[in-house]
Amino acid sequence: MTKRQQRMTAVAALVLGIGVAAALAFTAFRKNMMYFYTPTDLVAQAVPAGAKIRLGGLVVAGTLQRGEGLDVRFTVADCEQSVPVRYSGILPDLFREGQGIVATGRVGPDGVFMADEVLAKHDENYMPPELAEKLVAADGRHSCAEFSRPVMGRRPAIADRPSQS
Amino acid sequence: MWTWFHRLASPPFFFRLAERWAPWLGVAALVLLAWGWIGGLVFAPPDYQQKDAFRIIYVHVPAAAVSLSLYTLMALAGAVAVIWRMKLAECVLVATAPVGASMTVVALVTGMLWGKPMWGTYWVWDARLTSELVLLFLYLGVIGLYRAFDDPRAGARACALLAIVGVVNVPIVKYSVEWWNSLHQGSTIMKLGKPSIALEMAIPLYAAVAGTLLFCGYAILRRVQNELLWRERGTQWVRELRVGEPGR
Repeated sequence: MTKRQQRMTAVAALVLGIGVAAALAFTAFRKNMMYFYTPTDLVAQAVPAGAKIRLGGLVVAGTLQRGEGLDVRFTVADCEQSVPVRYSGILPDLFREGQGIVATGRVGPDGVFMADEVLAKHDENYMPPELAEKLVAADGRHSCAEFSRPVMGRRPAIADRPSQS
Repeated sequence: MWTWFHRLASPPFFFRLAERWAPWLGVAALVLLAWGWIGGLVFAPPDYQQKDAFRIIYVHVPAAAVSLSLYTLMALAGAVAVIWRMKLAECVLVATAPVGASMTVVALVTGMLWGKPMWGTYWVWDARLTSELVLLFLYLGVIGLYRAFDDPRAGARACALLAIVGVVNVPIVKYSVEWWNSLHQGSTIMKLGKPSIALEMAIPLYAAVAGTLLFCGYAILRRVQNELLWRERGTQWVRELRVGEPGR
């Protein structure tokens, strides 16, 4: 092997080694890399009890109730499960029924998620209002698949996404 | 093929090539950016939910996409510099870092400005935002490491290793929104399959991405030229270049 070929092998080995190390590390810490838990995780009690966590899901249409002052109650769902949420504070502009959100808080003893921060999660779809109006009649705007746990790096394709209720 | 490779690596040859190509790149970048930005900021329809706030996409997405492409270019130049000991590749490596770092800063800042009104926060530590911040630190690391050496060749070699090691972060940034859940949304156009954006909004976006890429290509060519002139300042071909200067 010439010197140049040796260096070529060394560089290839370096890239490959770091790639494998990173892949192993991120597979091991997969759960820690997730930004939020889904309602399915919460219902399956895969979440440490009483710990402060983030919960992501769609605000279910028809569940938003405004109480006194800034109090709101609503239900957050992914494609399978739903969790009631209570929050008191300012909501982001994009917050509305059918919108994806990520709430930070704790699960109370009654199973209600007490949020102390609510952020809107926008999805990757951009369209003019006229097009959105046509779509909303057909199939809703936001998909719950956004909040299903990615499987091996893949989310369900639009075709296999369960339709929203 | 190899003769071409070696000819391109010759500093005077590349310098003259860059001198010829840079103006064209610059003009093409201006035209595409004007098309993308005027089309995106003035003519594209507002988004159904975000209204006019979505228009930051015409700066944010190009900057973010280019920040990743430039890191890949930098790592490739680093590999060539280490394997072939090619001076030109070293110059490309050190010339790319500040341009890539600027694009990363633009992507991060525009993202934060959009995040506050849309998400409700400037910053969260999700996988996408964190890995893009790591990308900025890698760029800054390359810039700082190069400056820490007195000998530019030794400095560039160290930078090359850092650039190669850091390239593992590029797929992490790219796929962070698919491998893990995050507050940041998934890719709109930088993916296989149908873009998730209406066509009249997408066309200026593609123009803006191409324009930003060409602009960075222009900036890098000029920086490589400067780096070559500085490193080769004692050589015959640089002295010959200076003969034509006024006052000499």
